[in-house]
Amino acid sequence: MAARWGAEPAGRSSGPFRFALTLPGALVTLLLILFALSLLFVLAFRVNDSSLFGAGFTFDNFITVATDPLYGLVIVRSLVIAGLVTLATVVTAYPIAYYLSFHVGARRPLILFLVTLPFWTSYLLRVFAWKIVLAYNGVLNSALMLSGIWHSPSTAFLNTPAAVVLTLAHAYAPFAILPILVSLDTIPRSLTEAAADLGARPFTAFRRVILPNSMPGVLAGAVVVFVPTVGDYVTPALVGGPSSTMIGTLIQAEFGKAQDWPFGSALAVVVMLVILAVIVAVRFADRRFGSRA
Amino acid sequence: MNAARRDRGGWLPVYVVAYLIFLYLPVALIPLFSFNDSIQAAFPLKGFTLAWYQGLAGNEALRDALMTSIGIGLSAAFVATLCGITIAYGELAWGSRFHRLLSGLARMPILIPGVIVGIALLIAVNIAGLGPSRTAIVLGHVLVALPATVIVMRGSFQAIPKSIPEVAEDLGATDAVVFRRIMLPLALPAAAAAFMLAFLTSFDEFIVAFFLAGTQPTLPLYIWNQLRFPKSLPTVMALGTAILIFSILLAGTAELIRRRGLRRIPV
Repeated sequence: MAARWGAEPAGRSSGPFRFALTLPGALVTLLLILFALSLLFVLAFRVNDSSLFGAGFTFDNFITVATDPLYGLVIVRSLVIAGLVTLATVVTAYPIAYYLSFHVGARRPLILFLVTLPFWTSYLLRVFAWKIVLAYNGVLNSALMLSGIWHSPSTAFLNTPAAVVLTLAHAYAPFAILPILVSLDTIPRSLTEAAADLGARPFTAFRRVILPNSMPGVLAGAVVVFVPTVGDYVTPALVGGPSSTMIGTLIQAEFGKAQDWPFGSALAVVVMLVILAVIVAVRFADRRFGSRA
Repeated sequence: MNAARRDRGGWLPVYVVAYLIFLYLPVALIPLFSFNDSIQAAFPLKGFTLAWYQGLAGNEALRDALMTSIGIGLSAAFVATLCGITIAYGELAWGSRFHRLLSGLARMPILIPGVIVGIALLIAVNIAGLGPSRTAIVLGHVLVALPATVIVMRGSFQAIPKSIPEVAEDLGATDAVVFRRIMLPLALPAAAAAFMLAFLTSFDEFIVAFFLAGTQPTLPLYIWNQLRFPKSLPTVMALGTAILIFSILLAGTAELIRRRGLRRIPV
């Protein structure tokens, strides 16, 4: 991607203009993003002396994360829950994106709008709606009892890891559709026609041509769902109960009740490293299995 | 053309309808129970009432939270859109390594969970002496909305044929004139859409605001506090319904503006 227009100012002085146009973005990205993340990184190596920025230099925070089995357990649980949510979201979103790209025709804008609309409604209320559905005296239980399938309300729905997966998969459902749709739209239609002309049956053409070519979108969608779900603490708090505490809950507690900012920062750094590792692994696997990502 | 391309997708339309039902059913419960004459959100419904909506009208804490959210949302959307326009333009027009770095950094918050964005900014605003405050939430929401505004503006600038700014330059327009008289007007509908999306993102954002809020709660923080009290549940659902309608109207408007903008670009 080289410079397009305006590559050569051609003797005209556009320096001040370029400076003015660069300034706001540079301030926000360098000062807010880089500076804040660097602070977080440094604080992770400090000793908690209940001052604002800790004291000294130590690896203790990371040693505690590595040795206390609680943190390993919660991190693995967060990865499993986020992984299941990502899998469910991508697998259910793919047919929607496929339909929108290959079959829908004139109604495409309408369906696309309907699919993305819930994303613009309150996230807290979307999560809370599931609490209403799954609670002991909630919608699901009262419906089951009214219809005579159940005789007494069940507590088996709410406060389980399964409730967290279901709720998150619902809350992030539209996230995966757009990236997959974009990648499906860029596949030249001549490719599928060529596959058909060469005798591939529809499913073979899908498996050998369309699916590999849409992998970049699938992976982008997976990342967009995986990242926010790994760190979520709202959904575990509302529908998860104690057995589904996630790593975001622990980080939040260190910056709240526990008042150990350096340790909370160390947890955050570990989470970012884990996310980075997952993304690198997925990229590697993708290249290995020969898609066009 | 083989059979699979000619038909309407076999079972796919059925699946799409089922998916939409799954998407909307839990959300639809909120308006439903907001008219129900009972504290509990359970079937069978008890009777129709508007009492919960009347409770909203005189609630001063709610009005303050709404005002705080609107103020923060407008400020954050303004800054995020300004940065989105300038960062995307810098990258696409000049393409220097520095401008590409800025654009990459600006899109990075997508890869960071909200809880980490929240605590990183909490540390930063405390070091800077600002502390948790409205300004801190605005900064946090700028970061959360920035990837979207940059991506929307990049798409919009990329859709403009390169020949247009090139012709302008050949005719003697300076950098500033190309931007102000040609590129910005063509990208204005996308900028408006980016502004609305940024506003809605901020208006709905809870996870980052939770860490950065001072004494004035935003609307999602107010809702979060109310969720602890079973008694205020129906009022929260009436509030949720109002937010739902507002968000749908705003998202619909943003979509219409975006589509009109696409049509305006000469091809």
